[in-house]
Amino acid sequence: MIIALIIIALLILGAASAAMLSRNLIHSALLLVGAWAGIAAFYLWAGAEFVAFAQGLVYVGAVSMVVLFAVLLTRQGATRAPVEYDSIKRAVFAFIVAGGVAGILIGAIMGSPLEGRLPSPTPSVSVLQLGLLLMGPYAPALLIVGVLLTVALLGAIVIAAVDKPEDAP
Amino acid sequence: MNLETLPLQFRDFIVGLFPTALQWLVHHVLTLTVILTVFGLFFAFTTIAERKLLARVQNRLGPNRAGLPWFRKLKLWGITQPFADAIKAITKEDIVPAAADKALHFLAPVLIVAFSLLGFAVLPFGRNLIPVELDAALLYFFAAGSATELAIFMAGWGSRNKYSLLSAMRALAQLISYELPLILSVVPVVMVCGTLSTKAIAVAQGGWTFGLLPHWHVFTPWGFAAFIIFLIATLAESNRSPFDLPEAESELIAGHLTEYSGFKYALFFMAEYFGLTALSGLGVTLFLGGWQAPCEFLQFIPSYLWFMIKLAGMIVFFIWVRGTLLRLRIDQLTRLSWKFLVPLALLNLGNGAFWALTTEWSGPLVLARWAISAAIVVVPFVLLGRCLTAGQAPRTYRYAA
Repeated sequence: MIIALIIIALLILGAASAAMLSRNLIHSALLLVGAWAGIAAFYLWAGAEFVAFAQGLVYVGAVSMVVLFAVLLTRQGATRAPVEYDSIKRAVFAFIVAGGVAGILIGAIMGSPLEGRLPSPTPSVSVLQLGLLLMGPYAPALLIVGVLLTVALLGAIVIAAVDKPEDAP
Repeated sequence: MNLETLPLQFRDFIVGLFPTALQWLVHHVLTLTVILTVFGLFFAFTTIAERKLLARVQNRLGPNRAGLPWFRKLKLWGITQPFADAIKAITKEDIVPAAADKALHFLAPVLIVAFSLLGFAVLPFGRNLIPVELDAALLYFFAAGSATELAIFMAGWGSRNKYSLLSAMRALAQLISYELPLILSVVPVVMVCGTLSTKAIAVAQGGWTFGLLPHWHVFTPWGFAAFIIFLIATLAESNRSPFDLPEAESELIAGHLTEYSGFKYALFFMAEYFGLTALSGLGVTLFLGGWQAPCEFLQFIPSYLWFMIKLAGMIVFFIWVRGTLLRLRIDQLTRLSWKFLVPLALLNLGNGAFWALTTEWSGPLVLARWAISAAIVVVPFVLLGRCLTAGQAPRTYRYAA
């Protein structure tokens, strides 16, 4: 069990670091998708079947497409151009934001109780229980996420659908 | 000798030949081998059935020359053609463009076949035959299927060819458009059955009225609508005519597959047929009663045979559709999905909820339940159809003078 975890962790870290180091944006995006698939494998290892398949469906299936389309639509000129920072101010801000995110993540990991126990091979919470929880106590969170996504979708349509008179056929 | 449990007995016999420590491994390898063999052969005979049936639709004979080696007299109506095709595909030269992204160009056909095979793991082929029993089987099926889009992107981008990339984008637009109605058409089934497990959904469709009328989901108003939406979305998801624009042999020289040759090209087609078969199997499981017999007295035929008969029926239906309908234009394709299928699927979701909430209605209320459920489907279908075709139908044809 623990060997499987180490293999999965190495795969995720390897894919993520390769994505960071690759100069080719498409390769980076695809390696990132590999890292997401690795996270799904980790959820499967931990016995959270539903979350693992949702991760696969949402990240590997859908978000990956958004990332790839965005890369293709924004790619300008050569992909192998060296990346330099614009100004000292921007570099400093980048480090502050990245450090802040890292701090929050590390704080969350340190704050959560980590008991040295292995997960059970069969999921202890069934999909039915998950559904009842989502429709009961966690319904407001689900609704808020739904509204947020709908607003984002409408915003994207409003930004994208600018009908100029010369566009008409 | 019980035909129903024969495959299981056979498996246990083979597994029993090995030492206890290895038995779990043999168990899984055997399952994999059987799935690969059965559906590999199913794929081979689907191609020959498709070629033969299309030929008959087009008033031709179809392939009828391939026989057996050393038995020249025996022609067998040409059904050994797929094996000759396979040997031809393997021995052909594999051309990789000089500028191609070699790794992605190689990975794309491998990944697409691997992902399209994953779906078979959760299909209940018989009463006791299911490779992997999962609580969230439907979610797994769609998660595995959605990864094929990545492989198509890799094929288009890895070829380093503008036209390949453009047609990969077209293919992705189509797949993403039709994933929505596909999944929405399945949700009512989940609502009514209250489970995501394919095994439980197949079991829920058991039973007969008067021993003759099966309780399959397709024979309910919401189930019928969902099944039709599912069929259309399946055609589009597996790039079949009339939605075969990503490949459109006569117009696009096979789209994102332009730069592929030999066995890699064959692998893409293999993945397409595997995807079609897996989705058809899911359709059989969700709407056509899975492995259940259509009548009570027909139960003596083992359940896995019923599943395969229904699966073959679905495939023949898809071949028939290919022989009948013309290819759509890309704007017609996306319009059909977003303006017609998605709203109908959403309404059908409410229909499924209505059906699930009214299970206690009895007596004359049953008639009301069926009438209301049918009205929820039929009225929007007619209204939406009228609105969308206003000003566009009936179509007029103009010919060059």
